Amino acid sequence: MSTDSSGVLCHHFDNIQQQQSAARMGMWLFLVTEVLFFGGAFVAYTAYRIWYPEAFLAGSSKLILGFAAINSVLLLTSSLTITFGIHAAHRGDEKMLKRFLLVTILLALVFLGIKAKEYYIDFQEHLIPGTLFITPVHEGHPSPAEEFEAMGVNPGHVQLFFMFYYCMTGIHVLHMIVGVGLIGWLYFLATRGYFKHKERFVYVEVTSLYWHFVDMMWFFLVAILYAAGPHKSLF
Amino acid sequence: MSTISALHTANHHAPSGPAAKTNYLTDGYSWKSWLLTVDHKRIGIMYLVSVTAFFLIGMAAAGLIRYNLISPSGMLTADQYNKVFTAHGIVMVFLFLVPVIPGVFGNFFIPIMIGAKDMAFPKLNLLSWYVYMAGAFFACYALLIGGVDTGWTLYPPYSTRSSTNVAPVAVAIFIAGFSSILTGLNIVVTVHRMRCPGMTWFRMPLFVWAMYATSLIMLLATPVLAVTVSLLAVERLAGIGIFDPKLGGDPLLFQHMFWFYSHPAVYIMILPGMGIISEVITCFSRKNIFGYKAVAWSSVGIAVVGFLVWGHHMFVAGQGYYSALVFSLLSMFVAVPSAIKVFNWSATLYKGSITFQAPMLYALGFIALFTVGGVTGLFLSTMGTDRHLHDTYFVIAHFHFTMVGGMVLAYFAGLHFYWPKMTGKMYSDFWSRIAAILMCVGFFMTFVPQFVLGYMGMPRRYHQYPPEWQVLNVLSSAGSTVLALGYLFPFTYLIHSIFAGKPAGSNPWGATGIEWTDTTSPPVTHNFEKLPVVTEMPYEYSLPTAPKPTFSYDLPTGDVAKEEHTHVH
Repeated sequence: MSTDSSGVLCHHFDNIQQQQSAARMGMWLFLVTEVLFFGGAFVAYTAYRIWYPEAFLAGSSKLILGFAAINSVLLLTSSLTITFGIHAAHRGDEKMLKRFLLVTILLALVFLGIKAKEYYIDFQEHLIPGTLFITPVHEGHPSPAEEFEAMGVNPGHVQLFFMFYYCMTGIHVLHMIVGVGLIGWLYFLATRGYFKHKERFVYVEVTSLYWHFVDMMWFFLVAILYAAGPHKSLF
Repeated sequence: MSTISALHTANHHAPSGPAAKTNYLTDGYSWKSWLLTVDHKRIGIMYLVSVTAFFLIGMAAAGLIRYNLISPSGMLTADQYNKVFTAHGIVMVFLFLVPVIPGVFGNFFIPIMIGAKDMAFPKLNLLSWYVYMAGAFFACYALLIGGVDTGWTLYPPYSTRSSTNVAPVAVAIFIAGFSSILTGLNIVVTVHRMRCPGMTWFRMPLFVWAMYATSLIMLLATPVLAVTVSLLAVERLAGIGIFDPKLGGDPLLFQHMFWFYSHPAVYIMILPGMGIISEVITCFSRKNIFGYKAVAWSSVGIAVVGFLVWGHHMFVAGQGYYSALVFSLLSMFVAVPSAIKVFNWSATLYKGSITFQAPMLYALGFIALFTVGGVTGLFLSTMGTDRHLHDTYFVIAHFHFTMVGGMVLAYFAGLHFYWPKMTGKMYSDFWSRIAAILMCVGFFMTFVPQFVLGYMGMPRRYHQYPPEWQVLNVLSSAGSTVLALGYLFPFTYLIHSIFAGKPAGSNPWGATGIEWTDTTSPPVTHNFEKLPVVTEMPYEYSLPTAPKPTFSYDLPTGDVAKEEHTHVH
């Protein structure tokens, strides 16, 4: 049963198939816990959206749909490139593996950059729950609270929407940062010749599972946060 | 696989020559060899030491609660009392009850019981201990800088307005929960992927089944608690009304999300205990378990139904009438798999060759006390009676019967049952039995009066009460001192046994299962000299080849055990 896997097989496994299937199963179970973690936030979001639909739609229409669209394309592409990475690792082609991992990291960093820019714009527009929300943006320009009041929606409830916006996208960004760290670690290992043993492709595979999950969560967030309310323009 | 020629038979004795081979305890003595170990057995011991420390802290808080209640006007101030019962709840629930059996016996025995060399993810296993300690650090920090006064349930809106240290406690719960997720994940993958040849699902010891069901709950419920306390922390930091009705939030939503974790969490606490009881009852009855599959599936049944009953904590909190009705009905359903277990244990005892060594005394205590706890649970899941009993000492007595009378006794049953395997030493038979009896008596004295008090209407979490209830409260406090004394006994004789106990031999109880028959006490670093192969069901005590008890005290039990040799042909 033992192939040329000396050094790859950990002490407590009988064979490489067992080791690989344990790694896959571990990641799938971890993703189950992630679904439930996000699930709790989705439940809370749903409860309040049912109670305060107008406020949530008004809040949503303040978000920048264009940024979300670009980010969606970036993230989806990065999911493709990491999948190419698995194939490269499976073939034992470390050079291509490194290339695909690097592209994935770059796409993720651009995503994070755009997200940071978007947070900054939201901050400038005082779309942040708390005291800023009721402070005029600049002289003579109303605060978000007054603006929403004029539109006939309860500014307190809109703040609740923004709270969910920041919490959920914030948790997502945190997952992205962890993902970039993991892929960076794979890249580092690849430079050290770790993936010379083809059997180790499974570590690229389980990392990609995590990355696809982060990708998928983003689309749910786009749907419920960005695309919920009417938008006049993309930017 | 074909290289293994030695078939596993139940009377096959593992090499038990003293110090013939380095075991997991003698494999390195430095701090580093413990703190950086990936050996599941050493991690189990590290959990044992740490949960014991938190158990003592929780006990001290419990002692202060009972001290306060000996006088109708209260011995502590109201503020002190609030902080004391909150500390008791948080430490006992998150730092003791949830991690104790998965951390100690789950880690130590699951790989051995299924014939694996280690958990599926040994490094993750070590990480889960460090994460647990980090959570514990935050909890202790919160308690030391002034404590929390919200109760362990952290209900908003009070928890978002309280000036005490709710935030570090929320962080502590979040982190400790993460540790619990890692442990659960490790156990599920281990059970799925690491079983040795011949170890089919229905040849697994029932402890492994129980731990498997527990781990599923840990995986599915704990993340929801994590997001709930995160939202609570955000609400406190940002002042946004997620749960505070004054700011547009809904406190009932918190209760839904909190109990979605915290009710299944009581099954995280009790299911591993039930697994241990199945092991102990069969061993000391010298009989196969009655209804193996029923006991195995009832663990899974409890795990599944346990997810659908959380609303029974909110009957008087303003949830809809019909949802309360459904939750009430579903709560009764949990009684079915629980009763299946109790009936099967009783049937296992029937016509068994019972010996009353310490593990068995604890196990019998468990069955009695858990049954009382379970039946009084039906009073609370019935909406009509719950209106009267809700938030009274009846609830306190009920869940202490299941959690302390049930779970803690099961833990001690396991500790006494597995101690010889874990340390290779035998403890004092006499003192261990005295301790078991003291715990049961002390427990009854402490909590039976609380049922009466609760029925008379004494509310929980009040630091004062009308003078006519003093007699019962003093009785309860007196009982708690007996209980505390009972708990202190094992600390003495178990530690004494490490240094002065007689060598236990590989299978002192004559138990079945590869953890007893195929490895030494204490086990070697990678558990087995030779990869075991399993050819039979886990509790074949009635076969002529079944192992016999090899250890006898100079007390009547030893004779009973010897007599038994002649009974079995």
